[in-house]
Amino acid sequence: MKRYSVFAVAREALRYHSGWERAWASPEPKKKYDVIIIGAGGHGLATAYYLGKNFGITNVAIIEKGWLGGGNTGRNTTIIRSNYLQDPSAAIYEKARSLYETMSQDLNYNVMYSPRGVMMLAQTQHEIRGYQRTAHANALQGVKTEFIGPERVKELVPIINISGPRYPVLGALWQDRAGTARHDAVAWGYARACSDMGMDVIQKCEVTAIRREGGKVVGVTTTRGDIDCNKLGVVVAGHTGVVADMAGFRLPIESVALQALVSEPIKPCMDVVVMANTVHGYMSQSDKGEMVIGGGADGYNNYTQRGSFHHIEETVRALVETFPMISRLKMLRQWGGIVDMTGDRSPIISKTPVENVFINCGWGTGGFKAIPGSGWAMAELIAKGEPGPLAEEFSMWRFREGKFIDESVAAGVAH
Amino acid sequence: MLTLKCPYCGVHADETELHPGSEAHLKRYGPGSSDDEFEGYLFMRENPKGVHFERWRHVYGCGKWFLAARDTNTLEVFGTYSAQTTEPPQEIKEAITAKRPGWSWREFQ
Repeated sequence: MKRYSVFAVAREALRYHSGWERAWASPEPKKKYDVIIIGAGGHGLATAYYLGKNFGITNVAIIEKGWLGGGNTGRNTTIIRSNYLQDPSAAIYEKARSLYETMSQDLNYNVMYSPRGVMMLAQTQHEIRGYQRTAHANALQGVKTEFIGPERVKELVPIINISGPRYPVLGALWQDRAGTARHDAVAWGYARACSDMGMDVIQKCEVTAIRREGGKVVGVTTTRGDIDCNKLGVVVAGHTGVVADMAGFRLPIESVALQALVSEPIKPCMDVVVMANTVHGYMSQSDKGEMVIGGGADGYNNYTQRGSFHHIEETVRALVETFPMISRLKMLRQWGGIVDMTGDRSPIISKTPVENVFINCGWGTGGFKAIPGSGWAMAELIAKGEPGPLAEEFSMWRFREGKFIDESVAAGVAH
Repeated sequence: MLTLKCPYCGVHADETELHPGSEAHLKRYGPGSSDDEFEGYLFMRENPKGVHFERWRHVYGCGKWFLAARDTNTLEVFGTYSAQTTEPPQEIKEAITAKRPGWSWREFQ
């Protein structure tokens, strides 16, 4: 693999860009791999990358039904933060956030990580108490956050209306090292690095069955033939239930649609990410100038990657009250992704009832920010067969044991 | 927009009038049940990509809970029926079979 650098850009500029090579190979599947990862989204690719980088396992295939990063990796609002309440969440999200800081150098691929700061508005007394509690918890966890007053909010976000009639801004939980990154680049960067290590990234290859012998996985059947494996990682987000069904077990997961939308591009007006969980909306400005807007998930099971129109209306209505200047913005695009929600709104990184099948799912509405940390923990689980410190609390059996990692109460709504 | 007919008041209600209540026909387990049964009842869900039975409440109408059969992959609604039943009525099953031959849901099909 030729490295990307300023010299490479200069060299190619002088020869009509004729020397760029393909970022990753598209090989035919081999007969057998040590590890197969189902799902070439951010989490699947990160899992493969850290399997190679941290454990030297490179006889790996990452198989994908659609195209690279075509699921939720390319459908999120690109927010990265780690201000969670519970210790296991803070640990894995902070690991992810810290890996994002050096990801461009690590992958030699510009993922445009922008630590611009994320602010979660407190708009009720309850939220003030909740976020102050989170700030104290974060201080103990070593995650740098602070609770700031409304004047500081206004200073950081001049376009905000802090004295709205329904929900005035009473303060905010502020994490200044949080931010955004270019979501597609994360998938592309990992795919390029995986391909460079000799792994096979196989797109347009749908898994139709998981073959087992004596309670142990032996391979998968795909639309491009049978592929054998020693270990299987299932990292398929919204379709987790469908793949788990092939492996013969059920999960505490329901898949619902989560939507986002972007406005027409406007001049720079907001250089931080603002989340307003009480009124259910969050917004940031992309490098192109579009306002990137997200809201709450739909309430019913859905696999269509389309959401309900009235949720868009609710989100936009809430944000217009918080940011009156966006009231005449035209919306450019709207889309939906299928998110896998667990009962406690925390992910599952776990062994399964089938030997050598490992599952990484349940990231719900907050998967993008976790990609490197999730991949790191999942790679350790697959390589060693047992979860490491980052993953051990996220077992799929925590529900039966009552050991929830309850972020649904802790984080309010949006993740 | 999703529209469901409330089987009690007969109103064709759109989803802003309704509140989703997740999976239907869960078998309840209480004290004395095994850990497996209780975990299954409380947390495990079918979550199919296809025919799904679910609970809805006509929250801004008559306020009653009812059940619906719907396809989660196409958003097609096969019908709604009373919540006072442990399995879908025959006409709902037939409506599903007409469009999704070979469907199944736990113990009934």
